[in-house]
Amino acid sequence: MNRILAASLFGLSLATSSLAHAEPVKIGVITTLSGGGAGLGIDMRDAFTLAIKQSGNKDVELVIEDDAQKPELAVQIAEKMIQGDKVDLMTGIIWSNLAMAVVPNTVAQDVIYLSPNAGPSALAGANCNPNYFNVAYQNDNFHEAMGQYANKDYKNAFILAPNYPAGKDALTGFKRYYKGALAGEIYTQVGQTDYAAEIAQIRASDADTVYFFLPGGMGIAFMKQYAQSGVSIPVMGPGFSFSQDVLPAIGDAALGVKNSATWSKDLDNEANKQFVEAFKAEYKRLPSIYAAQSWDTANLILAALSKADVKDKDAFRAALKAADFKSVRGEFAFNNNNHPIQNIYVREVVKEDDGVLTNKIIATAFEDHKDAYAEKCSM
Amino acid sequence: MFTALLIEQLLNGLQLGVMLFLMAAGLTLIFGVMGLINLAHGSLYMIGAFACATVAAATGSFWIGLIASLAAAAGVGAIIEVAVIRRLYDRDHLDQVLATFALILILSEGARWLFGSFPLYLDIPPLLQGAVPLPGGGQYQLYRLAIIGVGIAVAVGLYLLIARTRLGMRIRAGESDREMIGALGVDIGTLYTVVFALGAALAGLAGALVGALQSVQVGMGEPVLILAFVVIVIGGIGSIKGALVGAVIVGVVDTMGRFLLPSLLALTMPASQATTIGAALASMLIYVVMALILAFRPSGLFAAQS
Repeated sequence: MNRILAASLFGLSLATSSLAHAEPVKIGVITTLSGGGAGLGIDMRDAFTLAIKQSGNKDVELVIEDDAQKPELAVQIAEKMIQGDKVDLMTGIIWSNLAMAVVPNTVAQDVIYLSPNAGPSALAGANCNPNYFNVAYQNDNFHEAMGQYANKDYKNAFILAPNYPAGKDALTGFKRYYKGALAGEIYTQVGQTDYAAEIAQIRASDADTVYFFLPGGMGIAFMKQYAQSGVSIPVMGPGFSFSQDVLPAIGDAALGVKNSATWSKDLDNEANKQFVEAFKAEYKRLPSIYAAQSWDTANLILAALSKADVKDKDAFRAALKAADFKSVRGEFAFNNNNHPIQNIYVREVVKEDDGVLTNKIIATAFEDHKDAYAEKCSM
Repeated sequence: MFTALLIEQLLNGLQLGVMLFLMAAGLTLIFGVMGLINLAHGSLYMIGAFACATVAAATGSFWIGLIASLAAAAGVGAIIEVAVIRRLYDRDHLDQVLATFALILILSEGARWLFGSFPLYLDIPPLLQGAVPLPGGGQYQLYRLAIIGVGIAVAVGLYLLIARTRLGMRIRAGESDREMIGALGVDIGTLYTVVFALGAALAGLAGALVGALQSVQVGMGEPVLILAFVVIVIGGIGSIKGALVGAVIVGVVDTMGRFLLPSLLALTMPASQATTIGAALASMLIYVVMALILAFRPSGLFAAQS
C-alpha cells in the first residue's frame, strides 16, 4: 500500500514539475476584516479579488488573512506567509502602524511588498527600499492638497488627527502647504468615538475652519457629533474622512464638505468607468477610495506578471516600477522612492438623484504631485 | 469664554460618566448578585445599538427603536443566561472569563453576519436635535443633556427598585447569602435570569443612546466595556452607588484630562510636542487615578460587604 502511495506521489511530482512554467504566483494579502476598521479592509479585499478574477489569470493564488487591526497579529501573519506559505508578493495592509510593524521586516527578507493604502513617511525617505512599492500615496499627500486649498478661503484653522503615524503625517502634510495661523492642534486617541471634549475646544477657539483626519468609524462619530453641537465653523478633511464606506453612516451632515483625494467615482477615464461598473455589479455598492487603490494594486501586479517572471526579482521589480497599467486614477508613475506621482483633486460631498451620498470633483489641487520625502531616498 | 468652555467640558464629563454608569450598573449588579464576571456585557451594548438602528430605519421612529433596543438586549441577555451563564455560577472566574469571551466572539461575528461590516446609520430624533444655550454664553448639545437626564432617571429608578421593592429585597438578599434565600423558597434561578436581563437591558439602552451619537458597528462595545470595568473597580465591585460615583469620576477625569493636559504642558514645551505628549498622558490618566484609588482603598470606594 505504502509503495503504491509513494509511487503515485512520485508520479504526481513528475507531473507538476513538467508544468513548472505555470507555477502559481502566491500573493499574501494581510488586511483588516474584523473590528471597527473592517469596512476599509473588506473594500480592499473585494476590489483586489475582483480585479484578479476579471483578468482571467488562473496562475494567481491569494492567501488572505485578517489582521483585526492589531500590529502584533499582522507581524505573526506576515511571518507565517513568508516562511510557511512562501508567498512571492505581499500586500493589503490598511493602517500605517501595522505597515510599520510588517513592511521593514518583510522587504528585508527580499519579499516584495505593495502598499494599497498606508504610506508612512518613515518608509518614503531615507528608509525607502527597492522591495517596497506604494501604489496608493505617501500619507502626507492628501493633507498637503487640502492645506493648499485652504489658503484660498481660510486664515485660522483648527486641526485634529489621531495619535499614530498616519495622524502625525497628516497634520505635518497639512501644515507644509497651509500658510495661515493655527487656532489649535489636537491629537486624539486611535479608535476614539466621543469627540465632545474636542468639539468644545473648537467652539471656544476663534477658528474659521476645522481640518480633521479621522478614518473609518472615528470620522463618522466626529461628523455626527459636530453637526449636532451647534458649532457652525466649516469643516474640511482628506478623502478618507468622507469616503464611500463612511458616507451613508454620516448622513446629510456631510453634504457640501470639501475633501481631497487622488480618486473619485466621477473621474473621467475608461479604466475608472469599467472599475466602478464592475464593482457595483459584483457587490451592489459603490466603491471607496480603498477599493480603487486596491484595484490599481492588483492591475499593477497583473501587468508586471505579464512582462516578467516573479521569481526573477530584478526583472520583476523593474516591471513593477515601469507601472505599465491602466490606473483608475488616470496618469500614474512611480517616483525614485517607489511612491506615486499623481494628481490630487478636491472633491465635494453631493447627493445623487437616488438619494445616495457620494463625492464629486470640483478642483485639482496638485498636478503630478510628488511627496516631500523622495529626495532623502537614495534609490 | 473660558468659563463657558469649562462648563461645557464638565457637562461632557458628566455625560460620559452617565453613559458609563448605564454599562457599569448592570455589570456590577451581575457580579454582586451572581459572582459572575461577564465580558459579554459589551456585546449586549452592541446588540442594543444594532436593534435600535435597524428598527428605527424600518419604522422611521427612534423611540420605537429605543424600546426595541431594551427588548432585544434583555431578550438576548435572558437567552444567554439560561443557555450558557447558568452553567458557570459554580465555576471559578477563569472559566467565566473564557466562556463570556467566547460569547463576545460569537455575538460579534453573528452581528457581522447579519448586518455586514459597514457601520449602520442611526440619527438623533428630531425632538432632540440641535443645541441649547448655556449660562455663561456657551451652547450645549440637547441630546447629550437628554442622556444625562436618562442616566439620572435610571440611577434613581435603580435605587428605588433595590431599596423599596420586593424584587430589590431579593436582589439584596441574593448578594448577601444565596443559599439562604434559596432555602427560604425564593426561586433563585428566575431571580438570576431577571437580574441578568435587567443588566443587559441597561447595556442595550446605553448602546442605543450612544449609537445615535457615534457609529453603530461591530466591536463598538469592547472599548466601553474596559472603561466600565475601571468604573466598577474604582466604585467597589457589587455596589450600585459605587458604580455611579466611579462612572462620574472616570467621565470627568477623562474629559478634563484630554482638555487640560495638552494646554498645561504647552506652558513648558513647544506646542506640537505638548499636544502629542498631552494626548498620550491623557489616555492613561484614568488608569493612574484607578491605581491611586486602589492604593488607598484596595476594594474600591464603596465596597460591598464581603
